Amino acid sequence: MNLISDNVNQKELRRLAAKEGYTFFGLTLPYLVLVIALIAIPVGWLFYLSFIGRDGTLSLENYERMWKSKAYIKIFITTFKISILTTIICAAIGYPLAYFMSQLSKKWANICMVAVLIPFWTSLLVRTYAWLVLLQKKGLVNNILIDAGIISEPLKFVHNTTGTLIGMVHIMLPFLILPLYANMRAIDKDCMKAASSLGATPTRAFWTVFLPLSLPGLLAGLLIVFVLCLGFYVTPAILGGGKVIMAAMKISSNIEMYFNWGAASALGVVLLVVAGIILFIASKLVSVDQLGNR
Amino acid sequence: MKNTSLNISIENVTKKYDEFYALKDISLDITSGEFMTLLGPSGSGKTTLLMVLAGFTNPDYGSVKFGDEEVILKPPHLRGIGMVFQNYALFPHMTVEQNVGYPQKLRGVSKAEISRTVDEALTTVKLEGLGHRRVDELSGGQRQRVALARAIVFKPKILLMDEPLSALDKKLREEMQIELRQLHDKLNMTTVYVTHDQKEALTMSDRIAVINGGELMQLGSPNEIYEHPQNGFIADFIGESSLLPVKVSKGNVSIGSAKIKVAKQPGKDGDYLLVVRPEKVFLASANKKNDENYFHGELLDSIFQGESQLLVIKLANKLNKEQTLRIRIPNQSVTDKAFPSIGENVTLALKVADSYLVS
Repeated sequence: MNLISDNVNQKELRRLAAKEGYTFFGLTLPYLVLVIALIAIPVGWLFYLSFIGRDGTLSLENYERMWKSKAYIKIFITTFKISILTTIICAAIGYPLAYFMSQLSKKWANICMVAVLIPFWTSLLVRTYAWLVLLQKKGLVNNILIDAGIISEPLKFVHNTTGTLIGMVHIMLPFLILPLYANMRAIDKDCMKAASSLGATPTRAFWTVFLPLSLPGLLAGLLIVFVLCLGFYVTPAILGGGKVIMAAMKISSNIEMYFNWGAASALGVVLLVVAGIILFIASKLVSVDQLGNR
Repeated sequence: MKNTSLNISIENVTKKYDEFYALKDISLDITSGEFMTLLGPSGSGKTTLLMVLAGFTNPDYGSVKFGDEEVILKPPHLRGIGMVFQNYALFPHMTVEQNVGYPQKLRGVSKAEISRTVDEALTTVKLEGLGHRRVDELSGGQRQRVALARAIVFKPKILLMDEPLSALDKKLREEMQIELRQLHDKLNMTTVYVTHDQKEALTMSDRIAVINGGELMQLGSPNEIYEHPQNGFIADFIGESSLLPVKVSKGNVSIGSAKIKVAKQPGKDGDYLLVVRPEKVFLASANKKNDENYFHGELLDSIFQGESQLLVIKLANKLNKEQTLRIRIPNQSVTDKAFPSIGENVTLALKVADSYLVS
């Protein structure tokens, strides 16, 4: 047998493989630099700041405050309550819609998809203020309800939880529909036919075949919506009118009003950790290969 | 696991999409326990007909009876049929066992009974011991068997199959054809099988219904369909054949300027096609016989194909079109028979009894 290095063209072929490796590395380099400069370093800095007290020394006071101060506990409860409610409402509205779209022909499904995406392409701020106009005391919604004789006094839709939820659901809905729809489209239509031919009523076939097969997409959508909600700022700030205070708003006021970077950083760290834990649990819940082979 | 099967009677089933007939007044009786193949090219309507039987497509009008019972208005889940789909349509979130047990679970069968029947069905399709596997761990052939087990586990009286073997490679497909046929004989279910593969249809069926353009073109045993195709389309579609245009006038059959004899004289004068199967033509010997037709031509190509040698011959008659004939010479034992070389003039013979005309 030859020595390995003596084999025909081996050196040249190895060099070729190495070159390919460098090329791939070179292509990912810009992104790598961005991640380090804009995510790794600032997040590290955030961690560091969260452990610095008001007097400039290392301390845990920023974290202690969170479970000692009633205001903070209330903020966390509000944040989770709003996020969970938004996620549930999005699922309740989005699942049937995505199901409907997945059963349409490609052409009609694309038209529906554009309708779902148009608000997605419009500025968040514009949409939020639009809701403020629509939902205010003498806004369109109240006027219609009063003219129709359904209510006699205008309902309070904004500057409270209701308004915040309406705005957030509207903004988050596409994030739930997109992964769910993609998942549902990929479900083999013959599976439902098979279930039906084997004796399943349409309802039974849905619960035993379609729903389980759409769970990965649903879970992906729920996760994106929930995690985005946790750190949502603009919409709750405007539609909540200062009465619905979520974590992101507290971060902002800590910096803008109290110049307390430590407290703000600690809140940021907690949000990051919570989001991380949720993603971790979710990844255990649905293993990638459970998505099936189609 | 014998069970009583049901006959199917299809009457006047018609389905129109805009101006296009997917099914045009199809009437077909399938006897109980029969293996019936719906054969046709893609877009012929054969799958639409199967979907009508399964209840996934409603025709514009017509009747489908299972036994004496009209089922056309029944939804699929109440028809009690077993169905095997082209791409298996197994449930990816269930194990093999759960897939096969699914119809039993729907029928409220007890756990012990589910387990027994699932084992029985898996044994029938030769997959014993693989019940705990996940669907994505199986090969294509194994998946097909699971799909089959799932369709027969509840002992349906009618089994529908939609090109179930088309995703398998050739060798496995041919094995499965024979296995499916044996399984059918054992289970004795009325089976309706859809395929575009004529060889598959010939191999498996009791009877074949050739469907084209939404119409039932010919119904018969594999032998009848192959030996006596009713028209040029079927002659061309089933098996290999060369179709030579011939003229019939006053009882004389002529191809170009040459006269030939045929097995059965057509009743009317006109243009017909002579069906020449490549395995029925042979290189003529020196002395001519009365019961053979002869064709002269030039050898264009000679191709070794393993089990046979395929010769392509350009006919030297005075036809407008360049007409070629194919002849297949079996590669029997060790023969030192020399084939003519390319460019050589050859004389081919076809028995009068094998000379069959179609319109």
